[in-house]
Amino acid sequence: MERQDQRIGLLSAVPMGAVLLISFLAPLMVIAIFSVMPQKVFSLLHLPDFSSYKLLFTQGYIKSVLWSFGMAMASTAILFVICWPLAFGMAKVFKGFGLFITIAVVITLFVSENIRLFGWVLTLMKGGLIEGHLRAWTGLTFEGALYNVPVIVFGLVYAYFPFMLFPLIQGIAMVPDDARQAAADLGASRRQIFFEVDLPLSAPGIVIGSLLSFVLAAGAMAESKLLGGQTVIVIADEIETAFTYGQNWPLGSALSVVLILIIGALSIFGINRVNLDLIMGGRRS
Amino acid sequence: MSPEPILRLEGVSKHFGEFTALDNINLEIDEGEFLTIVGPSGSGKTTLIRILVGIEELSEGKIWLRNNRIEEMPANQRPTCMVFQSLALFPHKSVGENIEFPLKLRKQKPDQRKSRALELLDLLHLPQSFYDKRINECSGGERQRVALARALAFDPEILFFDEPLSALDFRLRKNLEKELKDLHQRTGKTFVYITHSLEEAMVMSDRIAIMRSGRFEQIAIADEIYARPVSRFVAEFMGEVNLFSVSGDAGGNPVGTEIEIQVRNTSLGSSMKLSKGASATLMVRPETVHFLTGDETADFVVGGVLKAEYALGSRTQYKVEADNGDELAVEKLREDRFLGQVGDRVRLGWNAEHAHMISGG
Repeated sequence: MERQDQRIGLLSAVPMGAVLLISFLAPLMVIAIFSVMPQKVFSLLHLPDFSSYKLLFTQGYIKSVLWSFGMAMASTAILFVICWPLAFGMAKVFKGFGLFITIAVVITLFVSENIRLFGWVLTLMKGGLIEGHLRAWTGLTFEGALYNVPVIVFGLVYAYFPFMLFPLIQGIAMVPDDARQAAADLGASRRQIFFEVDLPLSAPGIVIGSLLSFVLAAGAMAESKLLGGQTVIVIADEIETAFTYGQNWPLGSALSVVLILIIGALSIFGINRVNLDLIMGGRRS
Repeated sequence: MSPEPILRLEGVSKHFGEFTALDNINLEIDEGEFLTIVGPSGSGKTTLIRILVGIEELSEGKIWLRNNRIEEMPANQRPTCMVFQSLALFPHKSVGENIEFPLKLRKQKPDQRKSRALELLDLLHLPQSFYDKRINECSGGERQRVALARALAFDPEILFFDEPLSALDFRLRKNLEKELKDLHQRTGKTFVYITHSLEEAMVMSDRIAIMRSGRFEQIAIADEIYARPVSRFVAEFMGEVNLFSVSGDAGGNPVGTEIEIQVRNTSLGSSMKLSKGASATLMVRPETVHFLTGDETADFVVGGVLKAEYALGSRTQYKVEADNGDELAVEKLREDRFLGQVGDRVRLGWNAEHAHMISGG
């Protein structure tokens, strides 16, 4: 009886399994195979050489990879620091006001990211909202705040704010008030409570939030293009160029594979360290 | 002359908006005593204990620990410690790490911490192999002991308990109650325990404080509260009891106002006398009421019909319906149980030395 159930289960999973296989795995396979094809070919029917991977080091693409991951790391760290107090308030302190903040944050997601970034361009550029007003009122002027690395990181922080905030709220909500009170009762200072109780008990939320914002930021392109001008070229930008202007699919594929491998390894490492069931509503004991 | 109290409360009140949770509480706790605060839920006992450890702030009043005012002191600076109702163990730490937590905060060396933790495991009858166990591998009773060990590692001046045994099953609870009393004697620390279970209070405590609506109704040793409660509320809270409304007649003798009680006036002492017209409540515990046979008599006698008989193991309890419909309880040891049948007409009697007069209605 149980074996029959198992067979029926497997059979009924076949259609969905096939769809997943074709829609997720197949494109990845195509990319992986393309990445080992010779330069500038448009077919998979060539003898593999690894010339695209060599270009990675000889033509300075590695620099783009480093910029992407460096800025992703910086924005994730900044996001954690900004979001923690807000998330703590929303999970433990605010009552109805928390809902108001949630709605306010979610509503920004209704507008396309590019349009919101253009809003920032108009705000920060020379002659824009800030510099323009300053000049009109005081006569002072400056070169606008655009086209540098910090403004790109600012853009990443702005764009991926909700992806850090909401998992953190979930994580902090899982910290029992009793445990914090007991720690205080046993003599822990605020700092000690944070490191001994809050941080480890909200770890699932921290890991999810950090992974989401890091992965998204590492693959982001709009911020560096719109806010950063051509100050730095990020890896996603290089990939797009290789596939479009460059007409070099194998190179684009090789860059993608590198990005996917690094992000994949980081995600698996992070997810293995926490019990995800907890944040999905599972019980701790 | 009793020793200086270790903790003294003066006029402690707590308001939540319009609601008064604690109403002008005064209390002195002696060094080394086991005081239990008992009250129904909502009586303010949890609020009181949370104020004493510093998790909650009081609205008015003063608290002295020995000679220091502590009501403004935050919880993490008070030399007191509480075992929470939920135990509040840290699920991400092992048993050993939980117990060592207060020592780690004080920057003690790891090997010192460990030897203290192992000592405490011994003290609480847990095997030393528990040191590396995860909290979620421990049973309810074991967690209880770990929470206690963690609190003892803190080495508090006063150890507070917020009903930590309430979630356990009956037998385990009974064992731990006795162990706690034993632990109190061995450590010599001051224990303040809150519970809604009177039995728990009676087993463990030196003194019991009965709380009701944010005030103390009576604070005394268990036997005093049991035999001479100051109010109907305390009498009823302390287990099964028979209460009769009475008022004084012209001779100062109590007369039942709702039920007919035959009173043998000649043998009543002054404690049973009432001034004329004054109303009071006459209390008698079920185990001191007797079934009268033949022409036997007693200081107080009431007639009724035997309604039911319940075996309680070592004792048997009887329900007797008095003539006005009130139910009375009688308890006898199993070996001298009453040999009547349900439905029989019976006479119940008790003597003045077992009765207690609660003044007021």
